[in-house]
Amino acid sequence: MTQSHIMTAYDEELRFLTRRIAEMGGMAEQMASDAVRALVNADAALAQRVISDDAILDAAEREITDKAILTIARRQPVANDLREIMGSIRIASDLERVGDLGKNTAKRVIAVQQSGVPRALARGMEHLSELALAQLKDVLDVYTTRSAEKAQAIRDRDEEIDAMYTSLFRELLTYMMEDPRNITSCTHLLFCAKNIERIGDHATNIAETIYYMTTGTQPDGERPKDDNTATMTVQG
Amino acid sequence: MALTDDDGKIRLRHSPYSLLAGLLILGAALAAGLHLVGLSVALSIVAVAILAYQPTRSPSAGLAPAGVVGEPPQSVDAPRDNIATTSAALSAIDIPLYLIDHRENIIFQNAAAAQSFGGIEPNAHITTRLRSPAILDCVRETIAKGNVNTVEYTERHPSTRVYLVRVAPVVTGTGRPTHFVLSFRDISESRVVERMRSDFVANASHELRTPLASLQGFIETLQGPAKNDPKAGERFLGIMLEQVQRMNRLVDDLLSLSRLELKAHIAPSDRVDLLPLLGHVRDALQPLAASLDVEVVLNLPTEAVFVAGDRDELIQVFENLVQNACKYGQEGKRVEVTLNPTEGGHGAEVSIRDFGPGIAEEHIPRLTERFYRVNVEASRSKKGTGLGLAIVKHILTRHRARLIVKSEIGKGSVFTVRF
Repeated sequence: MTQSHIMTAYDEELRFLTRRIAEMGGMAEQMASDAVRALVNADAALAQRVISDDAILDAAEREITDKAILTIARRQPVANDLREIMGSIRIASDLERVGDLGKNTAKRVIAVQQSGVPRALARGMEHLSELALAQLKDVLDVYTTRSAEKAQAIRDRDEEIDAMYTSLFRELLTYMMEDPRNITSCTHLLFCAKNIERIGDHATNIAETIYYMTTGTQPDGERPKDDNTATMTVQG
Repeated sequence: MALTDDDGKIRLRHSPYSLLAGLLILGAALAAGLHLVGLSVALSIVAVAILAYQPTRSPSAGLAPAGVVGEPPQSVDAPRDNIATTSAALSAIDIPLYLIDHRENIIFQNAAAAQSFGGIEPNAHITTRLRSPAILDCVRETIAKGNVNTVEYTERHPSTRVYLVRVAPVVTGTGRPTHFVLSFRDISESRVVERMRSDFVANASHELRTPLASLQGFIETLQGPAKNDPKAGERFLGIMLEQVQRMNRLVDDLLSLSRLELKAHIAPSDRVDLLPLLGHVRDALQPLAASLDVEVVLNLPTEAVFVAGDRDELIQVFENLVQNACKYGQEGKRVEVTLNPTEGGHGAEVSIRDFGPGIAEEHIPRLTERFYRVNVEASRSKKGTGLGLAIVKHILTRHRARLIVKSEIGKGSVFTVRF
């Protein structure tokens, strides 16, 4: 990681940022996974907990940003340290978004609850969230080791989530066409699927930030994409 | 590791001793809790020995470096050996253990912890390895109040593991504890068994309903309208036999899936040569391939390719994949199995290619989900249970390997297993 400085207080400040980011990450992971569990099991109590946890995550983001700005003002960091601090701000905001997406998914639990999630769709949702949460966990593990190589590998895996999301999108459209009574719950599920897919995107963002923090350069090439829902139609 | 730090020679003879002894007693208590009575007794003896040993060492300890007064070198090494032995003893316990200080920095992790959660830099903060808010809350409460806390922690990736995490202070004297021990008791099996039971019932009741309903229908017809019609009776009995066989296959697959889930968190340790294994798979499926008029071609390298794996499970993976390729790619008349060692020789790739109709893009990411079928009728007519690829995925997850599916409509599909 960073070399030590003459002033240990400075090191302390940097260590504080790293630690709080990791804690935020743990919280975001928990919220995202609880939200999906609440959705699949129609567990309103769990959903409520996710909704109220979001405030903690928001507070954590503000704290990190404040501390980061203070550190910049006080220490005038350059090179590695500056990237480290800027990276913390960016990662904190990505993690805060992950929490928001979890919260939004949790809010929809109540709307979907009445009709229930069909078995096949629930399995699809779980599968999609497994991919996104694996991505998030890996990227947070990489954050503590700062391996640029691994960060790059994670970035390249976003494609899988996109393909899964595209498939779910199509399935939801077919359900709606089969029976208009499905439209309410399927629309909510569509948003939930989008939320989960976005969590994967934020994980990829974090991977890019880590790459930048370690190497000082942006990762090469376009991000691999396989999300075709923008142009999708289903024939009736 | 911090405990054997060179600069720490003198300090080492004081606090860490009592600390390690305390840790050992805790380890012993933990082991006792797990009914490993023998181990706990042994550990207590080691701990008591270290405690008793300390006073005899300390008078000379702080005075001068041993080399200067000309003490025999082995006596200098003795305490170091003891520390090494103690940490080795802790590493011999197969329960992940962390020793942390009151600032939440990790002072020591045993081998099981490194294996389960990854290695750490010396003095790393606990959040570098453990981020779960529940665990951190527990740690903070224990540090603040000095009490013992436990919490259940579920890790879902790469495989589901459930731990009972216990945070306890290391009590060495009358003062406030400065060090704390985190221990992780793996309770995955009992939890997975619970969930499996409910999943099994849900899946089985749902999937067995159709064949059972049709059996009932045929039996009622045989008892009633078709009572005296031997011709219809024969036909119905044939269909009934088919349905029973289908239920049988389904129960078999569900059971093997359950068994796999139970041990998903234990990575296989054996090494398997893929060359003879793939040959065996081809031979075993020869009759099926012949009956479908499909030729299975093996493209293998000349040298052995070893991967970490469980032989029987890998056979099941490749049998399922080749079987699928034969059944669903039948019209291509040919199935190619290619084995390539990956660069650097650390892994291998096995791809199974068919030249059948291919799979539409939107189905590909979903293939490994239970009971997901691209075409329900086609799957039933080919005696599929909808679980084949779910089993493949489970086995591969346990092997930390990946399944990559590429397909083009009209040209065929390639299923690649990457170790």
